[in-house]
Amino acid sequence: MGLAIIIVRVVLQVVFVAGQGTTVVLPLPGIMLPSWLAGIRLGGDITAEALLTALYDGMRLAAIIICLGAANALASPSRLLKSVPAALYELGISIVVALTFVPQLAADVQRVQAARRLRGRSATGLRALAGSAMPVLEGALERSVALAAAMDSRGYGRSRHVPLAQRRAISVALLSGLVAVCLGTFGLLSAGTAPWLSLTMVVVGCVACLGAAWVAGRRRIRSTYRPDPWRLAEWCVLGSGVIVAGVFVACSMVGVDLATPTYPPEWPTLPLAPLAAIAIATTPVWTAPPPPMLRRTSPTAELVSA
Amino acid sequence: MITFDHVTITYPDSTQPVLRDVSLTIPEGELVLVVGRTGSGKTTLLRAINGLVPHFTGGTMTGRVEIDGRATSTHAPRDLADLIGVVPQDPMSGFVTDTVEDELAYGMECLGLAPEVMRRRVEETLDLLGLADVRSAPLRSLSGGQRQRVAIGAALTSHPKVLVLDEPTSALDPGAAEEVLAALHRLVHDLGVTVVLSEHRLERVVQYADLIVIVPGNGEPLQVGTPSDAMRVAPIAPPVVELGRLAGWHPLPLTVRDARRAAGPLRDLLIGRTPHLRPVSTGERALAHLQSASVSYGSVRALRDVTVTLNSGEVVALMGRNGAGKSTLMQSLVGIGPVPAGTVRVTNADPRSIASRDLLTSVGLVPQEPADLLEATTIAEECRAADRDAHVDAGTTRALLALMAPEIDDRMHPRDLSEGQRLLLVLCLVLAARPPLLLLDEPTRGLDYPTKARLARVLSDLAEAGHCIVLATHDVELVAEVADRVVILADGEIVADGPTSDVVMSSPMFAPQVAKILSPQVWLTVDQVSAALGSHDPMGAAG
Repeated sequence: MGLAIIIVRVVLQVVFVAGQGTTVVLPLPGIMLPSWLAGIRLGGDITAEALLTALYDGMRLAAIIICLGAANALASPSRLLKSVPAALYELGISIVVALTFVPQLAADVQRVQAARRLRGRSATGLRALAGSAMPVLEGALERSVALAAAMDSRGYGRSRHVPLAQRRAISVALLSGLVAVCLGTFGLLSAGTAPWLSLTMVVVGCVACLGAAWVAGRRRIRSTYRPDPWRLAEWCVLGSGVIVAGVFVACSMVGVDLATPTYPPEWPTLPLAPLAAIAIATTPVWTAPPPPMLRRTSPTAELVSA
Repeated sequence: MITFDHVTITYPDSTQPVLRDVSLTIPEGELVLVVGRTGSGKTTLLRAINGLVPHFTGGTMTGRVEIDGRATSTHAPRDLADLIGVVPQDPMSGFVTDTVEDELAYGMECLGLAPEVMRRRVEETLDLLGLADVRSAPLRSLSGGQRQRVAIGAALTSHPKVLVLDEPTSALDPGAAEEVLAALHRLVHDLGVTVVLSEHRLERVVQYADLIVIVPGNGEPLQVGTPSDAMRVAPIAPPVVELGRLAGWHPLPLTVRDARRAAGPLRDLLIGRTPHLRPVSTGERALAHLQSASVSYGSVRALRDVTVTLNSGEVVALMGRNGAGKSTLMQSLVGIGPVPAGTVRVTNADPRSIASRDLLTSVGLVPQEPADLLEATTIAEECRAADRDAHVDAGTTRALLALMAPEIDDRMHPRDLSEGQRLLLVLCLVLAARPPLLLLDEPTRGLDYPTKARLARVLSDLAEAGHCIVLATHDVELVAEVADRVVILADGEIVADGPTSDVVMSSPMFAPQVAKILSPQVWLTVDQVSAALGSHDPMGAAG
């Protein structure tokens, strides 16, 4: 998938926005589009600069996707939920419940489409899809209402009484904190802004968020069953992440340039500090605790025990 | 423990109250059985106990419901969670997490119990309900009985004083139902929990109950009494009670054991008489035939080497545990699901090769979730669509429905029908094209006795008209009443196939109550006995 992203990015560059730079690799005829489409060019000479820009862009995008994919595959949402601060728990569980609804919905669609045959109707095609939408959606709605009722009767959302003013203060602190963190991070990673201002924003935002979460968490009376233990291994994983982030922030502040210039094209340099940081980032491969494996019983065993 | 004080509940968009002026006191440690027809307000009564009605459903409630001193008017359901455990009708719909252990702990997490307490209670509950083997299994992989026990366990871990269950055994096979009821019995006896449950299949639960609440419906007053008193007058009763009424036994037996003790004179009287059976036209043409058919879902073999022939004019009951392959067998007959190995023939054609629009002229299936077939927004529209699908004269389906369920209004939304009415509607939609082979997958889930009797009559009539009817069911009493032949599946294989009386008499699990009471004589239903006894009533003397 990452590879596909890089290829698509390069091809798009070739077709649409070729022509920046001067080092022509492959001379090709181009079409100038009419003036109302000014700025878009089809075809044209392919230059090394353009190719490199596209390649780097594609690689960046691919790296992000690969990281997200890996995190998705390794983390179980319900286990993650156990470590979520109490203030975010309700948001968290809605997301987890929504995630479990997706496979259920897919199964429903299949079942209902098969059921169409039982009424002598075609199970494929657009009409079938439209016809099955009604029972599927109604079923999903009924199920969510049933789940909500069940959660309510099991004590979901029990809380101590909190005055309105305090609740509002918590929301304001959380939101402004999050905004500050976002702006600060953007500032840190982009070159233009003063790094010290950005760093201060990140720190202040973090403090505001954590404070609000802590205050909000106190009104929750939830506890966690068999919480995942936090030991040396977990510290190692967390540490490796923090070190990498720290090194990169530091690099951008002292002016180590991480972006390889494309005008004119140069061989990428290899700064040592970020490289070491990336090496550290791979350590969780050895230090991370093994995920608890679910013991799955075989279907025949279930039938026998039933 | 539970007090209803002049409670009247009216749902929005309805002029009639569901429950009118209900006053009821349930003492601590009782097992209370709530019975009544579908749509009579049983579920409303149960949900009013923990305040889901009206907090969650809307509607207005006057009067006062109080649980252990806490009124539902001032306490939301979540504020009663430490006092009341609720087990919904479909356990899967109430599961929040994905493994057994987490699900058991969820309620306690919400109450904020200390981790050590939670750990201890989870272990206790796993042992109490016999779930230790599956503690870390995903909930989806569990059997129906196990799921139901997990749902009960999840409600129990917060140590509620009251446990409310809505039809806990309706979807379970006889064995799994026994499992669940035994667990409940233990809770009442060992822990003093007050249990309130509703159930249609009285024959399964009536002997465990201390108190019976009959909800007549239409806002009429509740009838409360001990099981033997309530059963004397109840409009619905399990076969053991009906036989007792017929024979005039006093006190009225509630268990097979008590009935057997009283049944001596009746058995003597029945010697020499034989049950009148519906004449099964043998040698009729074969409608469907399976020859060493096997069906696999991935690596799981749902059917192995099944060979069976289905003839016109017979009612065949397909029985077996949850997951034994009953649904798979039916699906292979209509050509959905995985491609079977071996031969499957329906009216001399491979069902997979029959085009959808011609399918209904040879075979019809009413699936486990009849609602899957409903797409229109009114009954009338649904019936018109069925006429078009079946290529029959307009109005055919509606006429059928009027015959089977005259009370259904044209303008109603199909989803607003009760479970039983919905089933009859779908049955009509499928029957419109008069398929010679009619398959019903667990049609009696959630049906009350009158609806079941109506269904039994409809099925017998269809069989007499030459249809072949196959029904997959756990309901041994219905089987005794309508089926001519029983096929028992286990683990995808046919383990028994023969006339109803032969098959059910040889298996304690599938034997109906009357058979158990009157064995070794072969009587399956109360109707058979009363018909054999004829018009004169000799049992007046025996009572």
